Amino acid sequence: MNPSPETIAVAAILFVVLAAYALFGGADFGGGIWDLVAGGPERGADARELIDESITPVWEANHVWLVFILVLLWTAFSVAFAAIMTALFVPLSLSLLGIVLRGAGFAFRHTAQRLRVRQFTGATFAASSLITPFFMGTVVGAVATGQVPVHPGGNVLAAWTSPTAILTGFLFVAACAYVSAVFLVLEARQRGRHALMRYFALRATAAGAVTGGLAGGTFFELSRSAPYVYHRLTGISLPLVAISIAAGIAVLAMLWLRWYHPLILRATAAVAVVTVVWGWGLAQYPYLFPTSLTLKAGSAPVDTLDAEFIVAGLAVVLVVPGFALLYYLQQRGLLTEAESDADLRLAADLRGAGGGAGAGPDRPGAVEREPVGARIGVAAVLVTLAVRAIRNVFAPGSRRG
Amino acid sequence: MTHVLAVSATSPVPARSQMGSSLGFHIILACFGVAFPAVIMTAEWIGIKRADPVAMLLARRWSKVMAVLVAVGAVSGTVLSYEMGLLWPGLMGRYGAAIGLPFSLEGIFFFLEAIFVGVYLYGWKRLSPWAHWWTGMPIVVSGILGAISVVAANSWMNSPAGYTLTNGTISSVDPVSVFFNPSTPYEATHMVLAAYMVTGFLVAGVYAVGLLRGRRDRYHRLGFGVPFAIAGIAAPLQVMMGDVLARFVAHNQPVKFAAMEYVSNTTSDAAEWLGGILINGHVYFGASIPAFDSILVGFNPHTRVIGWDSVPPAQRPPLDTLIHLSFDLMVGIGFFLFALAAWQGWWWWFHRRVLTTAWFLVPAALGGVAAVAAMEAGWVVTEVGRQPWIVYRVLLVNAAVTPSSGVTVTLAVILVLYAILTLVSIGVPMIMSRRWRREGPADEDAEQVPYGPSSAPASALGAGAGASRAEPRAPVGRAEAP
Repeated sequence: MNPSPETIAVAAILFVVLAAYALFGGADFGGGIWDLVAGGPERGADARELIDESITPVWEANHVWLVFILVLLWTAFSVAFAAIMTALFVPLSLSLLGIVLRGAGFAFRHTAQRLRVRQFTGATFAASSLITPFFMGTVVGAVATGQVPVHPGGNVLAAWTSPTAILTGFLFVAACAYVSAVFLVLEARQRGRHALMRYFALRATAAGAVTGGLAGGTFFELSRSAPYVYHRLTGISLPLVAISIAAGIAVLAMLWLRWYHPLILRATAAVAVVTVVWGWGLAQYPYLFPTSLTLKAGSAPVDTLDAEFIVAGLAVVLVVPGFALLYYLQQRGLLTEAESDADLRLAADLRGAGGGAGAGPDRPGAVEREPVGARIGVAAVLVTLAVRAIRNVFAPGSRRG
Repeated sequence: MTHVLAVSATSPVPARSQMGSSLGFHIILACFGVAFPAVIMTAEWIGIKRADPVAMLLARRWSKVMAVLVAVGAVSGTVLSYEMGLLWPGLMGRYGAAIGLPFSLEGIFFFLEAIFVGVYLYGWKRLSPWAHWWTGMPIVVSGILGAISVVAANSWMNSPAGYTLTNGTISSVDPVSVFFNPSTPYEATHMVLAAYMVTGFLVAGVYAVGLLRGRRDRYHRLGFGVPFAIAGIAAPLQVMMGDVLARFVAHNQPVKFAAMEYVSNTTSDAAEWLGGILINGHVYFGASIPAFDSILVGFNPHTRVIGWDSVPPAQRPPLDTLIHLSFDLMVGIGFFLFALAAWQGWWWWFHRRVLTTAWFLVPAALGGVAAVAAMEAGWVVTEVGRQPWIVYRVLLVNAAVTPSSGVTVTLAVILVLYAILTLVSIGVPMIMSRRWRREGPADEDAEQVPYGPSSAPASALGAGAGASRAEPRAPVGRAEAP
């Protein structure tokens, strides 16, 4: 029953990488979400610029964590990987669609000069930042509730459209927005932009509250849909969950008190995310899919695991210093992009652009001070409808399996 | 283990089409990821070493183009990672423990590349010239090592090694044998050289067009010369490498080789077919050289070449004509590019000048497209030639494909998206180049790209950009990007 030490070690590495992606990738997606809800081109210009400056140099590196997760999963836990990829074909394809659109929008929005093109590519970039974490959340929800069969015969729609999975999807989106807003407060502080600092502090608080609420809801759902995981979450994982909650509250308190210590605030927010990922991992132990596939049954031969361990060691030796250098240079402001004249010109042109130029959320002349919550609510409803529509489209295929 | 998958009746054609188009698209961008940094750093090296503002301007502009291509390449690479599982769960579920290993190593190099791309493309402004140049070096090294790792995974599919099966599941793995399977040294070298040729000839081709249009300034001659020299060095090596690799395939995957060369029956004195279409076992419109295939395989007309009759029809690759013509196209283009490189090399040796005759520049302008065509043809040969196997003589494609419905949908979406991405990756550099030409070098810094080098006038590397700004009527000032 008990997996070998090598298996546990590689599973631990997997969860370190998962936590890193949740943190760095999450902040990245969150930036896109805040871009999406920043308002019209004029009103949201400052916030967008800060998001852009913060994300741009580290965007690709943040993204590589995902590739690492896929690679680790398919090498060390091939059976689980194949099962997830088969059963959850639809949400994974959709999250991939988000990644592609995001990259394309990102690559193009910086070169596009015409407002309409900029708005369109910007909206693509921002909207896909919402799609990807949501569907990744549904995948995690499906795995945690043990709804992924070990040998699926095709799509399993019920697995990722369960209330728990959908809630997890929303939780992921909220968590991304939360982490990102906290980081953006510090980015704004570092650049001495106080208005933006308050702007993102407010949003971090709101997103933190929403994340907490959604986490509570997911937790409650888990008690019914995933008794094993719930039992462990309230048992052995409880300390981690407690740390996460405490860190989350601490961050809210620091934001409330306007005590923006660059290291402590960042670290506390990171702890809140990382501990919850690890808590989930610990709660699943010793299962890959609770309670149908154990780590022992689903792991690769020991030579492969050893090799993965060496690869991880190499990664620590090679990648960590590189990463440290990248973030050090970025934090020191040594990796900079120009103040763009094009943006200034755009801002001047905007007033004449009129209402017809609007593409989705970037519609000029949007009501000042429109509540963010309303937009997120509308987005949530739209996503739910989209899920239903997709479910209907793919429904005939699922009956075969 | 995965019996359910093995009996799946799903047609693999949509999945194969999707994988093929994704790979065919990504591989071009991957070439730029592997080889473009070396091209840019060569220009930057000239720029720093000789205090050459023109070379420096080229390096900075190229790095802006690279920023766009790297962003798109990172995305299409992620798509491929996903597709390994989304399309081929039967492969990854059963053999992930072996084939996953080279990918794991590749993950590290991809990571290093991504990190230093961020530093290199963003560090133009604040880092000292040589410090900046050195931040490019990890990109070059990890680009090559990453390419080797990924190709090692493909090689493993051609010559699986380093694992033991017990009851259909992998029970032990020898990571070193997996990585250095028999095909790896050949395929990896072939691909890395191809990356340098594709990148070099494509970039040089852009400036060849400029030279043809009469922009014969130093900016265009250097912009042509640097990438052409790099690709030109790779070209003869590639012709030799290709010859060695073909002989290896003849021994390692004789049925693939038989399809490449139209060898139907195992025979000595096998004829070499140039061109030709295979219909009902007859070759039409082709020219054959008697016994030459045997000579190529074993340096002797009496060498026995194994034909596709050595395996039952169900184990032979489909589309022989496609495989054969792709192979011929690749070899033909290889020699064509070799000849171009030799011509320019000869001229450079005696005259130290870039050839400016249209007889040379027109083919040179097409050289990049030809190199891409050759590379794609090469991938068609190796991938279609391996059919019906996904892992040669171990696992059939039919047993590896996903049983999930919806691949036709994702195929359609991927085709549309990649059409858009192709437009982005070609269109953005074109727009940038047009803007450069319109606005002149002084405005060059207004560009914004995902990892664009920064652009304040008081650049640490301002020797180049600054000089051109100071005298806008110097040759640099009139320099135009094609």
